[in-house]
Amino acid sequence: MNKMLDDDQIFNISPGRHVDLDHHCQNGGYSALAKALAQGPETSLKEISDAGLRGRGGAAFPTAEKIKMLRANTEKLRYIICNADEGEPGTFKDRFIMTHIPFQLLEGITIAAFMAGASEGYIYVRHEYPEAQKILRESIEEAERRGFLGENILGSGFSLSLKLFSGAGSYLCGEETALISSIEGKKGRPRLKPPYPTQAGLWQKPTLINNVETLANIPKIIEKSASWYRSFGTPDSPGTKLISLSGDVQNRGLFEVPFGITFAEIISEYGGGAKTGKAIKAVNIGGASGVLIPPEMLFTPLEYLACSKTGITIGSGAIFVLDDTRSILSNVQNRLRFFLHESCGKCTPCREGLRQANLILDRLLAGEAVRQDVSTLERYTRAIQEASFCGLGQAAGNSLRSSLAYYRDEYLASCRDNKPSFIEEETA
Amino acid sequence: MTAIKEVVNRFGKEEALLLQVILAVQDADPQNHLSEEAVNEISREMNISRSRVYSTASFYSEISLKPRGMHIIRICTNAPCENANKASILAAIKQELGIKIGQTTTDGLFSLESVNCLGACYMSPAIKIDDAVYGDLTPEAAVAIIRNLRKEYQNEQNA
Ligand SMILES: Cc1cc2nc3c(=O)[nH]c(=O)nc-3n(C[C@H](O)[C@H](O)[C@H](O)COP(=O)(O)O)c2cc1C
Ligand code: SF4
Ligand code: FES
Repeated sequence: MNKMLDDDQIFNISPGRHVDLDHHCQNGGYSALAKALAQGPETSLKEISDAGLRGRGGAAFPTAEKIKMLRANTEKLRYIICNADEGEPGTFKDRFIMTHIPFQLLEGITIAAFMAGASEGYIYVRHEYPEAQKILRESIEEAERRGFLGENILGSGFSLSLKLFSGAGSYLCGEETALISSIEGKKGRPRLKPPYPTQAGLWQKPTLINNVETLANIPKIIEKSASWYRSFGTPDSPGTKLISLSGDVQNRGLFEVPFGITFAEIISEYGGGAKTGKAIKAVNIGGASGVLIPPEMLFTPLEYLACSKTGITIGSGAIFVLDDTRSILSNVQNRLRFFLHESCGKCTPCREGLRQANLILDRLLAGEAVRQDVSTLERYTRAIQEASFCGLGQAAGNSLRSSLAYYRDEYLASCRDNKPSFIEEETA
Repeated sequence: MTAIKEVVNRFGKEEALLLQVILAVQDADPQNHLSEEAVNEISREMNISRSRVYSTASFYSEISLKPRGMHIIRICTNAPCENANKASILAAIKQELGIKIGQTTTDGLFSLESVNCLGACYMSPAIKIDDAVYGDLTPEAAVAIIRNLRKEYQNEQNA
């Protein structure tokens, strides 16, 4: 799957290859857990902190800092939740981890729970992934039988009871507080933060929630050291990132790339470039919640700092390529409809704003809009992004905002009153 | 003991298990749905109000309060699949089944639904039938899969 990093890489996922428990152990698996248990939580946590691991679920929060917040809490009962809801359209990395290297994930969860002092945990897997659920259920049982999970793990006195929890078809349940509500048996609606889950999470107890990819990084860092981990990537963004590549490229698929590589390199070296005879028109980064950028911006490195400077959201690491036969407006509308469908309706900017934005897109695509509509759409986009209660509404505006910035001409060209003599810009 | 009582006993009566119980009850239902009687019984068995059971069940798109077909065909509607010619697959399926999204064939064999990204965008367009995902689809391939399922069912009926 990967040309640049071979045996040394962190994920080693190859299509069709399921790493079972024996295999995992032969590859050095579960030696990290033994090491972590022997050296204690503080030393292990320092390794994660030195490695500079950041959350791969979208917000890129430093993982060690989150664990420290739990440790600072005096409450004895603490939970760990592995967020395997993976609802971001265009993303399939977590599914590959669960189905190909489930024990690397389970080992990561166990080490994270040990560092955080959590004794009970859940893996929240979306209902649309029955295969991943089955593999994880079986893997949990097997790890328990072999003493890697459950009571008194590897004779250390540390215990973790881990259960699989199935989602039931809701993108919003990937949001951490909505996910907690869902486990509590309620509708998956988000709660106000603070308090953060690290303070008051599941059943109001301190809870560590991490993404699948984040947790699956942990065993390698403990096993091979923070400095080994830092030999990949850049000082700002160490390690590697799993990229879900789809759309108009020669090779679609899952690729593990070192941070610091540019988006252009990912698309040409791993994706084989655009389809024959076509040119890239736009690239969507970070799934439906992400941005649409023009080819000129593809020379930005995949790096948290560099991307935040240019307004690129790495998010889940999905890259979706659109060639010059594609319409920006209909792609943006596809995303809008997704969010409209997934909005929980609790707050007006998200519920009504998205509905109105969708109506304007309808008019634009039907050739019935006027230029005034484009500036109205811009105003609505700001309201949706700035006034929505949770991350769904806030991120829903990303593709609107970026497409209005980089593909404004395409919006204007669709307007009925767009005569070349009034090219001057409308302002909101 | 009723099937629902069995499910509740297997999972437990804690509130946290409500969603898992609902999913298991729906899975065991021949019409792939959560009936009114099932809601009543879950509410009784778990000692959770009926409105709470409804409120939880109605929030999630994989739970249906209406009876559905034996096989559920879900078509992915997100951008990577849409760009990979989802429309032609959908048209072929609609024509083969004679139903629209959200409907069930009169023989009760198939329901057609839309679904969010199946995590199979590297083989878009993708659809899911029951628990299996099919990628790199053509309209002909989609129709062939449906015809196979129908044939399998007829063979079972005749056996
Ligand atoms: C609408 C919405 C959906 C989300 N979906 C997911 C998801 O599917 N998987 C995930 O890991 N994080 C998701 N997140 C982010 C989580 O809220 C949370 O930040 C993450 O699980 C933290 O883990 P990390 O620190 O390891 O990234 C979502 C956030 C929002 C606002
Ligand atoms: S932003 Fe949207 S999804 Fe989030 S709480 Fe408001 S309505 Fe619900
Ligand atoms: S967009 Fe259809 S499977 Fe991902």
